[in-house]
Amino acid sequence: MIEKYRAPLAFLVMALLLAIVGFGQSWSVALGIINLCIISAIMALGVNLQWGYAGLFNAGVMGFTALGGLTAVLISHQPIYEAWSSAGSGILLSGFILISAVFGIYFVHKKIEKILLKRILIISIIGITLFGLNIFYGPSVSIIESINPAKTGFLGGLGLPIIVSWLVAAFVAGFVAWIIGKITLGLRSDYLAIATLGISEIVIAVLKHEDWLSRGVKNVTGLDRPVPYEIELQETTWFIDLIASINTSKLQAVQILSDRQDILNKLVIDGSSIFVKLCYAGLFILVLLIIYFLSHLALQSPWGRMLRAIRDNEDAASAMGKNIVAKHLQIFVIGSAIIGIAGAMLTTLDGQFTPGSYQPLRFTFIIWVMVIVGGSGNNLGSIFGGFFIWFMWIEAEPLSIAFISLLTNGLDYNSPVRMHLIASAPHLRLFIMGSILLLALRFMPQGVIPEKVSKE
Amino acid sequence: MENFDILNALILLANFVIVPAISYGSQLAIAALGITIVYAVLRFSNFAHGDLMSFGTMTAILFTWLFQSLGITGGVLPTALIALPFAIVVTALLCLLIDKSVYRFYRKQKSHAVVFMIVSVGVMFILNATVRFIIGPNDRTFFDGEKFLIRALDFKASTGLEEGLTIKSTQLITVIVAIITMLLLFYFLQKTKMGKAMRAYSNNEDLALLSGINPDRVVMITWIIVGALATIAGVLYGLDKSFKPFTYFQLLLPMFAAAIVGGIGNPIGAVVGGYIIAFSEIMLTYAYKKFFIYLLPEHLEPSGLTQFLSTDYKFAISFIILVIVLIIRPTGVFRGKTI
Amino acid sequence: MLSIKNISKSFGGIQAVNDASLEIKKGSITGLIGPNGAGKTTLFNIIAGNLEANSGQIFLEEDNITSLPSYRLFEKGVLRTFQIAHEFSKMTVLENLMVVPGSQLGEKILNTWFQRGKIKEEEKIIKKRAEEVIEFLNLSHLTYELAGNLSGGQKKLLELGRTMMVDAKIVLLDEVGAGVNRTLLNDIANAIQKLNKEKGYTFCMIEHDIEFIGKLCDQVIVMAEGSVLVEGQIEEIKKNEKVIEAYLGRSGAV
Repeated sequence: MIEKYRAPLAFLVMALLLAIVGFGQSWSVALGIINLCIISAIMALGVNLQWGYAGLFNAGVMGFTALGGLTAVLISHQPIYEAWSSAGSGILLSGFILISAVFGIYFVHKKIEKILLKRILIISIIGITLFGLNIFYGPSVSIIESINPAKTGFLGGLGLPIIVSWLVAAFVAGFVAWIIGKITLGLRSDYLAIATLGISEIVIAVLKHEDWLSRGVKNVTGLDRPVPYEIELQETTWFIDLIASINTSKLQAVQILSDRQDILNKLVIDGSSIFVKLCYAGLFILVLLIIYFLSHLALQSPWGRMLRAIRDNEDAASAMGKNIVAKHLQIFVIGSAIIGIAGAMLTTLDGQFTPGSYQPLRFTFIIWVMVIVGGSGNNLGSIFGGFFIWFMWIEAEPLSIAFISLLTNGLDYNSPVRMHLIASAPHLRLFIMGSILLLALRFMPQGVIPEKVSKE
Repeated sequence: MENFDILNALILLANFVIVPAISYGSQLAIAALGITIVYAVLRFSNFAHGDLMSFGTMTAILFTWLFQSLGITGGVLPTALIALPFAIVVTALLCLLIDKSVYRFYRKQKSHAVVFMIVSVGVMFILNATVRFIIGPNDRTFFDGEKFLIRALDFKASTGLEEGLTIKSTQLITVIVAIITMLLLFYFLQKTKMGKAMRAYSNNEDLALLSGINPDRVVMITWIIVGALATIAGVLYGLDKSFKPFTYFQLLLPMFAAAIVGGIGNPIGAVVGGYIIAFSEIMLTYAYKKFFIYLLPEHLEPSGLTQFLSTDYKFAISFIILVIVLIIRPTGVFRGKTI
Repeated sequence: MLSIKNISKSFGGIQAVNDASLEIKKGSITGLIGPNGAGKTTLFNIIAGNLEANSGQIFLEEDNITSLPSYRLFEKGVLRTFQIAHEFSKMTVLENLMVVPGSQLGEKILNTWFQRGKIKEEEKIIKKRAEEVIEFLNLSHLTYELAGNLSGGQKKLLELGRTMMVDAKIVLLDEVGAGVNRTLLNDIANAIQKLNKEKGYTFCMIEHDIEFIGKLCDQVIVMAEGSVLVEGQIEEIKKNEKVIEAYLGRSGAV
């Protein structure tokens, strides 16, 4: 009986927790958490698709997220015309050489039978590519990076609205996933994990090092927004009126006009922050719903049935005509595309692209805890997991500090032990995460909202 | 500079490529041994190994500080070497504790290898947090004793060459300790009763059990060995470079690459893989400009750095080698899977 | 219809299949028997694409199907059942059958979003066929039961049913009678005969139950030690000295 109520119950608890933060700390903080929860939920959906339906352990979530962020930059930033005119052709030519090399090697691998000929051809292709890149790539990069390095020093983007990048990110991440999948999907699950971990590290390294692409560690700030700026809102008449009308009673209580104006100003400032976050939340929830709805449709259909059969018994599914490798590749691509979308949304929310912020612990492994605790194989479970674990991750820091303070109450205020413990409190977060993961795997391996095995 | 100056060219290579690669390779080899043995006997990929190394090194540092405060030092040798056995004991005990409280449940359930892998991620989190909590996230050097075996200036003075060769004592210590460890391990696996039992268990679990081998014993000895290997590898690396909790997670990729390239589950493979990865990483990111200048006539001298890949991409190399090996020859150089 | 020419397969030092050649005639029910270790299942696995032969060729009519993977063989009409039932245990009997037909519109993900109407139509057709198959197998009362909960014999029937969801050319049955009680065995035998007569299915079955073979097969091939020993009608086979020797061993002739 409790099975039917698991999902609504879980989400109710989640809503309660968020409400506590809203009333206890502030609604601005709560909304900030909610926005990141939604993004995490979307990432968890992507990972869940790969793990729950195809048994693929993607340890490179971080890389796809970063690719999404990169897409946001490349779509929305204004193009740097000077860079393009002086070295754009060099970069394009290098790209062309690289892509031709990849296709060339793929072609040789498939069509040429003789091993010796195959190896000679591949080595020649690699040699020519390196030579060509040396001529075009190096010099082009130096030129681009020397143009106004303090402000730009890169090629810039396409200057389109940043929301477009959310969709494009799906294709970029999906494309990269396709290449990776083609190469590594024949491997066992632990090898796939290591391979995807490595790929994402490489993606991050490229983003950090290739300044001409996205300024590397100099970061790209001040990205375009799909929602109003707080500053603008604070000057807009209809908004000020709105805030005033919501808080009429509070304002009427104050007698002195100048005080009333001060309070109104403060309310407008707070309100603008909340309003902006609400706008983001609205957009994010829309994306979440669309993705959830589309996956739901697909999974309830014969396509989903086929996947469940493959997951149930691979040999039988193969004997019944299902191309396992092709389906796994498809899932890997779709799941990664979803992660890419979340990555673009994240960078949009941040307003900046910082390659250094992509840490495997924060991205890849936390998302895994979300999927496992939430319920692998169940999309609602992943959404819940996304919310719950992200909430825990954020609240774990203040909670740990409070806990340590309580613990060290007896100690002298300035004792080195206490200082050290307080300073180390943030690290307890990881400890809590690890414990949650282990406890979930041990006592609730199906997750909070397990997958339904329906008889219908 | 003369042309065709082979001696200087060789010394250059030795100083910047060969000596560092042998040292780094030895560290990777010991680390990869830890991974490969867990794989061979316990049959899963242990993602927590990096942070286990971190824990072992942290323990060694704490004991080093203890001894230094008590006035006990190694003199010419680093005090950490005295601390090492103590750190090994503590780390081994930790491994046993982790196995009893975490992994054993899944062994009894005969869970799939992927489950163990995810569990090891949880263990990784906890170890990482514990180390950071105890010793903080900052960089720590814990080397003391005589730093250099040969200094560049002394070398240049005594040989009259332009290029100097520097050999740090930590590099020599690394190689010696690594060789001793490997010899001890191989002796154990090949000649002792327990070692043979481990190999039998790794090769064919059911048959080993039927022959009366005690599985709990085998698992216990395995974790003790793994704890020791992790501590040794971590301390050697930390002495040579410095200790920072995050570094060891980053080493996971080269460590796994070494183990897999050599043939996972095969100890010799782990050792060979360690050197392959180390040499590749260093050789492919070294700027050979000066090397070519020594060797080639003037008009052929390179103008650019002649660096294959920037040092930023160092670990990318271990990954690329790994992928190539996984595609061409997934069993690795020495066919892996059992010890 | 199915020509196996000089197939050999070894595992490490063991030669499982040794230069085996045989023909399975179209429309026949051919038995494949032999002592344990004769290489029958290995040969099946090679034909069905689960294993790769070291040498030799396999032809389906004129088509060379030697190295094709299992899912491609399905497309060509070569189907198989498994010795230990490989049902989709967490799916219902109905779903087990409905998942079989290839090239379903609904199995392409874009269609699940853009061609919902057409998919509904196709599902109706597939469901009807599945229900007919369930009826044929007398499993109607189990239509919505999870396949994992069925008895061993029922699972075998289900596997047979799966081959009925498409128009197979040849079905390889790997010990379909193993572990099945008398009544169900009869049902299975009847189903096989019906499929053979009414739908023209060719069958090749590995069996140890000689009675079962005798009842169904018009042609029997005997394998021993990796190669084909002798072919013929079941009565002759029973009397053949080489066959008796293969089953009982050189020292233990009756």
